Amino acid sequence: MINHYPPASRRRMYRFNYISLSFSILILTLGWATTTLASSDPKIEMGISEYTKTDERHAIIKPKKESTATTDHTKLKELQGPFFSGPEVTKACLECHNTAGHQFMKNKHWTWDYKHPKTGQHLGKSVLINNFCTNARGNEGMCAQCHAGYNMDSPDFDFTNQENMDCLVCHESTGTYYKTPTSKGNKACSVMFEGKPAIDWAAVAKSVEMPTRNNCGKCHFYGGGGDNVKHGDLSSVLFDPPKEVDVHMSEAGEGFTCVTCHVGEGHEWAGSRYEMLVNDETGTGKPGMPRETASCESCHSASPHPITSVQGIKLNSHTQTVACETCHIPAIARGGVATEVDWDWRTMGKLKDGEGFKLKEYTQGDGHHRATYKSIKGTFTYAEDLEPMYAWFDGTMNYTTIATKFDPSKGPIDINSFSGSHDDPGSRIYPFKRMHTTQPYDKGNNTLPYMHLWGNDDSALWGNYDFGKAIEAGMKKNGIPYSGEWGFIETYSYWPINHMVAPKDEALSCSSCHSHDGRLDHLEGFYMPGRGKNEILDLIGLLAVLGTLGGVLGHGALRMIATRRRKV
Amino acid sequence: MTMHKILVFKRFERLWHWSQMALVFTLLFTGFAVHGTHSLISFGDAVTVHTWAAIVLLVIWAFAIFWLFTTGQWRHYLPTTEHFITVARFYAFGIFKGEHHPYRKTYRRKHNPLQALTYLMVKIAIFPAIWISGIAYLLISFGQGELFEWIGIESIALIHTIAALAILLFVIAHVYLLTTGHSFIDHVKPMITGYDDVELSDEELAYLKADEPGVIKEGD
Repeated sequence: MINHYPPASRRRMYRFNYISLSFSILILTLGWATTTLASSDPKIEMGISEYTKTDERHAIIKPKKESTATTDHTKLKELQGPFFSGPEVTKACLECHNTAGHQFMKNKHWTWDYKHPKTGQHLGKSVLINNFCTNARGNEGMCAQCHAGYNMDSPDFDFTNQENMDCLVCHESTGTYYKTPTSKGNKACSVMFEGKPAIDWAAVAKSVEMPTRNNCGKCHFYGGGGDNVKHGDLSSVLFDPPKEVDVHMSEAGEGFTCVTCHVGEGHEWAGSRYEMLVNDETGTGKPGMPRETASCESCHSASPHPITSVQGIKLNSHTQTVACETCHIPAIARGGVATEVDWDWRTMGKLKDGEGFKLKEYTQGDGHHRATYKSIKGTFTYAEDLEPMYAWFDGTMNYTTIATKFDPSKGPIDINSFSGSHDDPGSRIYPFKRMHTTQPYDKGNNTLPYMHLWGNDDSALWGNYDFGKAIEAGMKKNGIPYSGEWGFIETYSYWPINHMVAPKDEALSCSSCHSHDGRLDHLEGFYMPGRGKNEILDLIGLLAVLGTLGGVLGHGALRMIATRRRKV
Repeated sequence: MTMHKILVFKRFERLWHWSQMALVFTLLFTGFAVHGTHSLISFGDAVTVHTWAAIVLLVIWAFAIFWLFTTGQWRHYLPTTEHFITVARFYAFGIFKGEHHPYRKTYRRKHNPLQALTYLMVKIAIFPAIWISGIAYLLISFGQGELFEWIGIESIALIHTIAALAILLFVIAHVYLLTTGHSFIDHVKPMITGYDDVELSDEELAYLKADEPGVIKEGD
């Protein structure tokens, strides 16, 4: 299932073709630039063109249903413009929606900050280190394209200025709105944002409505630096998924948008990966009651299966131990868009004629070629229709933060770890996507470092391709002590899978787990029929049956022998 | 004392026996699929069939227990030492020497003492173990798990499996012992027709002839 990137053999093959092809044409054309030839190979792409796809794909506009809102924003004189910037539009929004700014000021999309209520850990995008691009902190110039604000180019952003909130990114509905990096990166990178059409501020301002999947998706479907890279269950397929991929979001199914489930009031809504609700026992509320959770049970209750069959009744008792997602999301990255399962930073920095490039050697289900190598990031391995990893999960995530010291000799570091067990009534067996990465760490302090990735200077990784300089600069600008020594370390991160719910006839069958070598074979410490785990009992049983059979056969044989002897 | 063809297995008893046989085989087959011994049937189907077969068997057992006590037939299963050693000796030695089975069915004892004791053990130990554990398992499935938290589903399943193994061993021995008479058919036939050779005292014969003429086979 996992499409292992074949680093050695195929890269060698490629180099051979490249050199021999270049060489022959070189002679024929007497000195054509090799870069020209390289770019004619569909598998190779010169330069760095991150985030180009997001704009194309999120612009899918479906015919709008008649709005049920009581205000037609296109007719409001306050929104007729002219506007020359985002903050000007925000100012116009806040004139009428005069509590929205106050509300949104507490939202994670604005604060990038989260204090975990159970672990007390200080989390959020502003501080965390992941095992994709590693850290947004210090790289806001690039990463804050997905901050719901304007001009966040450093951690010193003014979080009290409401006019810096970006209402449009979540509410505009034309699909023409886009965001660019807030600071200039290295020239190698900045070219990718050139040549975009200017935003018609009045048009996007007048188009506002409740967020659609286009609004949420253009960031959340591209987390980790590309389509479905990070989550595995959130991809551009969800802009318009077939029913087999997502029964809820498909037009042929329920036609839900993201906010149908992620409900909320006052610019706070349900759903968190830091503190998840894995055992929603409240289920459906009374009519008219607001739902405050985005769990399956919120709508389906904890007894969703029809009680007209033995299996239905039996499945309802499973909800006390197994998350709905475990059976109803049979695979990760369905629908033709792959997810990344391995990222190897060690190969970062290879150049062709001094220029960065991408190698696109993975062709995913929908026919798009995905980069298996990027000069600025290293080597990638993709997977589609991937079987999730299953584990007991109580909903609470613990993070390896910038302050966490670890023992590098103890094998891969868990970027996030979780607890849960069969004996905890609040835990459920949950599906996860596990991401494996080989990334830099501070070898002297045994911590993960902040890297300086983005910037128009000589230490930004993206443009200079030097880990040592990038780590030193990244640590220095955040005031974190750095030993001066770095190495590579393996890490895992775990992504709970909740989206892309399959139609019920594609849910896992009983024997997917209740069998030898089934999907839950590795989970120990509790009774689960069908796995053949009680080997002692099985041995005793076998011996007893064989003993009895042997006994009666022996008895029978003796009788036959005795009878024959008597006849003789 | 004279031999007569007597209706020893009443219609209900035969119906009970054969439906029990079919259900026990079904339950053994599906049960060991659920246990993980084989996968000749899908786990889900095995659970469904096992559950329904178990419920039907429980109903039959309820009728059977009622029948045994109201008709007085339960007395056939009382343990006895009479002929016990003789029958045991026959299976251990006599059978190899071509001796005839020493036990004659009587109107009051249609099973030989070894047989009666075995059936009694099945009825008071193995079957209760399987249905008590099975009902507990079912109740857990029906969301009544907290009733059995003190023992846990793992122990319940263990008891259930051990009892199932005991039943399997019983079935093997039971079928084998059908071959120890004149012929396999001779042993099976009474459970089909209901009639078998029984030694009757003159008083019993007179009583049956007078009060229960249907019990003695006509022309006998």
